[in-house]
Amino acid sequence: MSQLSVLYDAPGPRAVRRARIGTILAILVFVGFLAVAAKRLNDRGQFASELWSPWANPSDENFSAVWELVGKGLAATLTAATLAIVLSLVLGVLLGVGRLMLGPILRVPVVLWIELFRALPVVVTIVLVWRAFKELKIDLGPLPGDPGLWYLVIGLTLYNSVIIAEILRAGVNSLPSGQGEAALAVGLTNGQTMRAILLPQAFRVMLPALISQLVVALKDTSLAAVVSLGYLELLRRGNLISQNLDNPIQSLLIIATIFILINYALSKLAEYVERRMSRSSGDPAAAAQLEGAGA
Amino acid sequence: MSPVLDNLDLYWQGFLTSLGIIGWALVGSLLLGTLIAAFRVSPVASLRAFGSAWVTVVRNCPLTIVLFFMAFGLPEVGINVSFYTFGVIGLIIYTSAFVCEAIRSGINSVSAGQAEAARAIGLPFTKTLTQVVLPQALRATVPPLGSVQIAMFKNSAVVGAFGVGGDLWSVGRNLTSAQGYAFIPVLTGVAIGYLIITLTAGALLAVLERKVAIAR
Repeated sequence: MSQLSVLYDAPGPRAVRRARIGTILAILVFVGFLAVAAKRLNDRGQFASELWSPWANPSDENFSAVWELVGKGLAATLTAATLAIVLSLVLGVLLGVGRLMLGPILRVPVVLWIELFRALPVVVTIVLVWRAFKELKIDLGPLPGDPGLWYLVIGLTLYNSVIIAEILRAGVNSLPSGQGEAALAVGLTNGQTMRAILLPQAFRVMLPALISQLVVALKDTSLAAVVSLGYLELLRRGNLISQNLDNPIQSLLIIATIFILINYALSKLAEYVERRMSRSSGDPAAAAQLEGAGA
Repeated sequence: MSPVLDNLDLYWQGFLTSLGIIGWALVGSLLLGTLIAAFRVSPVASLRAFGSAWVTVVRNCPLTIVLFFMAFGLPEVGINVSFYTFGVIGLIIYTSAFVCEAIRSGINSVSAGQAEAARAIGLPFTKTLTQVVLPQALRATVPPLGSVQIAMFKNSAVVGAFGVGGDLWSVGRNLTSAQGYAFIPVLTGVAIGYLIITLTAGALLAVLERKVAIAR
């Protein structure tokens, strides 16, 4: 923000007055929009208490059932996102290190794998995984939880692991080259250099980007509801609730708020970590550049 | 692969429809995202607040929920548009938050001295922004903006999954459910369609990045 304020001078009395008028005008426009929206909603009876009371009124007969379902959905969403990010981290580090360390020929399949799953829409990956497992009759029975969870987790892992591999690569490349050279000069092997010198530093640079990727994974779990995977995560639960109570606007509003609060907290955490790390070696900007807009 | 080869014309139509969604969302999200970014750097406090509220809410809300709002919410308040339109609008709203942040990071990358120099020779805010800061910022914005838009291209598949008529995804669904083709080859065809779109876009972006790269 201090950077941006350089765009305009410290405002004098006239500019302050103008900005104040602008502020008031803008507020009036927003309030006008809100009023029109509220009137429309009201005309359609969207403020009727029976649409809201299952969510907001503890004495409503559905209140406890609704929130219990939301709790289950939330647990399912968090389970899927956590599993996906942990597995992605493991697979992503293997892929990233593979891309950095393998010889020019062995690297080719790794690069192709990374490019393939980076370019595929994650929703396509999830459905491909789901249908391929079903068609090949691979039984996920031995794994805990229902199969829907694992189709989702595997699909998300395929996508997020290649992103993490790229973040890791950017992290290692952002380190001063002297780090690796010094390690080789004192006689460490390539593998030792990667393990003991480069990776620990790259992880520090990566950490904020990793937390942001958790937000992406969390949002992407809701794709299960779109492709009717049958996994009862938060959005699917919300949709089922709204179908029973016939209040889609209200239900979606609550579900959206829950997602936004969790993701907002995670992005604040990422920002905090980034500030803490900014004094350390490496260039966080290089790693941060990689995070795009996930679904 | 025969389900794909037998229905190449359908796939081609779906491919074009998907490109249409992407095209509209590209233009729309750039316009809306730039507007919100301008809000976020403006001297007017309430516009700044609106901008950051927009980004916080939209960026942290899954695209699926934005689209469900469009599909179930808008009809409830009497706004009925085609699936295609609501899909495009949803995609524009969702992408605009990321476009805004990409542009803002570009503006941040212009060194403060540039704006200070512009002000020192007496340029007002609008001229500082449009003649000195933005031209430089836009070049620095190309890489992040490009990744945002490629992510949007991929997200257009989610819009397709919502049942926009005739895009790549619905072609695939139609072939499997109505015409009984095997799922995996059909979906592989859909995946190849999206791969063509994203990989081409990625290659174009790499060329563009090399062209506008500035050495600082």
